[in-house]
Amino acid sequence: MQEQRNSFELDREINSVLATDCGSTTTKAILIEKIGDEYRLVVRGEAPTTVEAPFEDVTMGARNAIREIEELTGRTFLSEQGVITPRQPDGLGVDIYMSTSSAGGGLQMMVAGVVKTMTAESAARAALGAGAIVMDVISVDDGRKPHEKIQRIRQLRPDMILLSGGIDGGTITHVAEIGELIAAAEPKPRLGIGYQLPIIYAGNKMARKHISDILGDKTDLRIVDNLRPVLEVEVLGPAREEIHNLFMEHVMAQAPGYNKLMQWTPVPIMPTPGAVGACMQTAAKEYDMSVIGVDIGGATTDVFSVFGEYFNRTVSANLGMSYSICNVLLEAGVDNIMRWIPFSIEEGALRNRIRNKMIRPTTIPQTLDELIIEQAIAREALRLAFEHHKSLAVGLRGVHRQRTIGDTFEQTGSDETYIDMAELGMLIGSGGCLSHAPRRAQAAMMLLDAFQPESTSMLAVVSIFMMPQLGILASIHPKASMQVFDRDCLVKLGTAIALAGPNGKAEFGAPCAEVTLEYDGKTIEESVPFGSVKLVPIPEDKTASAVIRPARQFDAGRGYGHEVKTTVNGGVVGVIIDCRGRPVVLPEDVKARNEKLVEWFLAMNMYPEESLKKYVEA
Amino acid sequence: MAHAYTPGLKVTERAVITKTRRLPILGEVLVEKGQAVSPDTIVARTNIPGNPQTVNVANILGVDPDDIADFMKKAEGDFVKKGELLAEYKSFFGLIRHHVESPTDGTIEMISTVTGQITLREPPIPIEIDAYIEGVVEEVLPKEGVIIKTEGAFIQGIFGVGGEAQGVIRVAVEGPNDILDACDVKPDDKDKILVGGSLVTADAIKKAAEVGARGIVAGGIIDTELIDYLGFDIGVAITGHEDIPVTVIITEGFGRMRMADRTFGLLKKLSGYKASINGATQIRAGVMRPEIIVPGYQSDGADEGLDLTKGLVPGTPIRIIREPYFGMLAEIVELPPELEVIESEARVRILRARLEDGTIVTVPRANVEIIES
Repeated sequence: MQEQRNSFELDREINSVLATDCGSTTTKAILIEKIGDEYRLVVRGEAPTTVEAPFEDVTMGARNAIREIEELTGRTFLSEQGVITPRQPDGLGVDIYMSTSSAGGGLQMMVAGVVKTMTAESAARAALGAGAIVMDVISVDDGRKPHEKIQRIRQLRPDMILLSGGIDGGTITHVAEIGELIAAAEPKPRLGIGYQLPIIYAGNKMARKHISDILGDKTDLRIVDNLRPVLEVEVLGPAREEIHNLFMEHVMAQAPGYNKLMQWTPVPIMPTPGAVGACMQTAAKEYDMSVIGVDIGGATTDVFSVFGEYFNRTVSANLGMSYSICNVLLEAGVDNIMRWIPFSIEEGALRNRIRNKMIRPTTIPQTLDELIIEQAIAREALRLAFEHHKSLAVGLRGVHRQRTIGDTFEQTGSDETYIDMAELGMLIGSGGCLSHAPRRAQAAMMLLDAFQPESTSMLAVVSIFMMPQLGILASIHPKASMQVFDRDCLVKLGTAIALAGPNGKAEFGAPCAEVTLEYDGKTIEESVPFGSVKLVPIPEDKTASAVIRPARQFDAGRGYGHEVKTTVNGGVVGVIIDCRGRPVVLPEDVKARNEKLVEWFLAMNMYPEESLKKYVEA
Repeated sequence: MAHAYTPGLKVTERAVITKTRRLPILGEVLVEKGQAVSPDTIVARTNIPGNPQTVNVANILGVDPDDIADFMKKAEGDFVKKGELLAEYKSFFGLIRHHVESPTDGTIEMISTVTGQITLREPPIPIEIDAYIEGVVEEVLPKEGVIIKTEGAFIQGIFGVGGEAQGVIRVAVEGPNDILDACDVKPDDKDKILVGGSLVTADAIKKAAEVGARGIVAGGIIDTELIDYLGFDIGVAITGHEDIPVTVIITEGFGRMRMADRTFGLLKKLSGYKASINGATQIRAGVMRPEIIVPGYQSDGADEGLDLTKGLVPGTPIRIIREPYFGMLAEIVELPPELEVIESEARVRILRARLEDGTIVTVPRANVEIIES
């Protein structure tokens, strides 16, 4: 796994940290301090981002957010020059200041490679992992004619292009062909009308001279190590590092006020999603488990996964809860949204409501019906974003594997996703609809329904979105970052025990799992039938030993019908025993489905009981 | 984050409006500071490099890429006409002959001995930017464009489709609650901008397109009818580039929605005036709403637009913009400072408002917008 490390090295003890994230609409500042032996979040502040007219200076928003912290703490952190560092003997300032940024549209990239499912896919992974939005992926075999590709390159005005292709010593012709297409298109950068577009070449090293001849004069060409030097190996580090360098040199340097902001901190500014990825990777390492994280916003949904040595990030650019909410409707379809709503609503009315949310994105659900509709849409947005993620989080394609006779029967290929839901240790949700759901059980069920984890995994949400700041802090001080993440950021909802299956046909009500939970000298026995969900309220700070005895058609992680002994953790929701099947089985008949949904919602104590009962009576 | 409400859209009889008209790449500005311009005045011009075309000469001739220079009849930098001979391969005393003709007029930009292909650049494509509104050049942005300034009436819609257009405003319905249907569109509505009330139907849009109207402004539209008109569904709220004959601007939202009296009243006053409209909408950081601009309109009153500086105070007229009171007009009666739990169980900042029928209701502050006073 390639961790994102900053070039900055700590040379002194750090007791106080001020970090900002300059988002596209809001700049958020947090103050972290060492209290006793622990690093803790002290206070946070926020202010509107000031990248756009009439202010056009990002530091104004950063100052305003920090000023809010000054007011709340009664201390001084700012001087005329910026943030006062290190902390002075009289208490002024902090030991270190750092910032992330996604203002001004974040980092927008185009990637290109020779083969769509090989070098182009590796390039996309490199760009996404560095925190970019990938606007398009161009390859020799993408099905478009040369002039169509050229047109596309001309239309897009990315911040930079990552070009790859060919293993070292392999084909030169095809990568040169892509280089020629880019040269012919004469792409212009999004920012800076008179500047040359930065292009990172990370392909066959034998083609470097040709690429320099083709693109050297027309673009700001940077050459780094091949990201697929041999077919079996993917080396994304050098490309990602160069993306970060160019992000600082080109994108940040052109965004209003960033030159000033860069003077405030010795730590290079990181793109916000790249910093969130760093936070997830540090968390996976710290907790020693596989982690999936999701951040659902108004316009986009980011999914991060860390499984063993693999880290991946995807951005579903058009799946979100306000600006892109109609795209969720378009991609998921009305029926998939309606299946999570336990009352009848006319399709036209639902469509108009969703459109009205798009054009007035700051409104919030007032009624329970509206909340349930919004959470139904969130489930589908999360599900689609995760599908997208799984399609990119795959093993290296084009690699020949030695197969045993057993593999032949399994019919798996090298392009299967390495995301194994039975191996998942923790599923972390963030974004308004998850973090601010009126009851935490609603967030737990949205995560369960959208991601459908199997066996046992901890569900969590972040209470305050400070993963960007913790991610950049993790690059220089992982311990401080993780202490704050665990104690002040993460809300542990509880372990979900989810049974895979049924293997074959099973009726609702058939035996599915018997679970024995023991903690604090108490023993809890639960027998949960297929089609049901059960909530066992075990508090957040408690760990229980669990024995899960699945029925023969169900799998708790060790095979169908095999008993599993493990430990589970309580949470603000509790331990959830999910016997609804994988994939979750919903009745086709609308009335039966509504009744089932109400049954689950009641079991999870998700919404007021009287209101739910009214849905069934209606 | 002091204000938790959605600011109302601008609906004003008198506004100073500036529009930046910028080229996509550097070029030439054709007007001077202080010069009066009309919507169709060309203010800046440039040439975008022509479309490139690639021709794989090596493949067509059946030779190795690094040999193609030997067979080229033209060199880099040469201008060629469509059909002109680019390369030729002969063998066996001319009995076997392969040749490559130019697929287009253009200049040979590159001959690649790596890929065996050549790149032909078509002649430059001229791009011109017009002024869009009647006004005066306020500022020249050297080589990039201009800023045009005008004074007049200015109305923002909530959502639109279609790009910039100009036309004469005609209010085609009696009142703000009326539906604009096909029968309201007249044969002489060519080049008009038609104003409806609470809804515009798909038939009305079709008829407007048939007679050559330039735009439609209405309170609401049915989601599926908009999709029918466009021929595709809208996923993300970025519009303005649709290839449609009539720009459509919605002032209130989706579904049948009575147009705000203030908006309808102003549009009635503007009847017969020439307007510049744009349906382009972008709902994200740097929000862009559709607009109706009537340069030169002389307001007869002292209207300065809505005063949003006071924010929400008791007495402020509002519109509720989310269920269960979606679209209803009300007046604020109380603004409790404490957070309150609403039906969805969220703890939020709320207000109490009196609906038109006198009922007092509780609404999250995020779900209202200020309307006319």
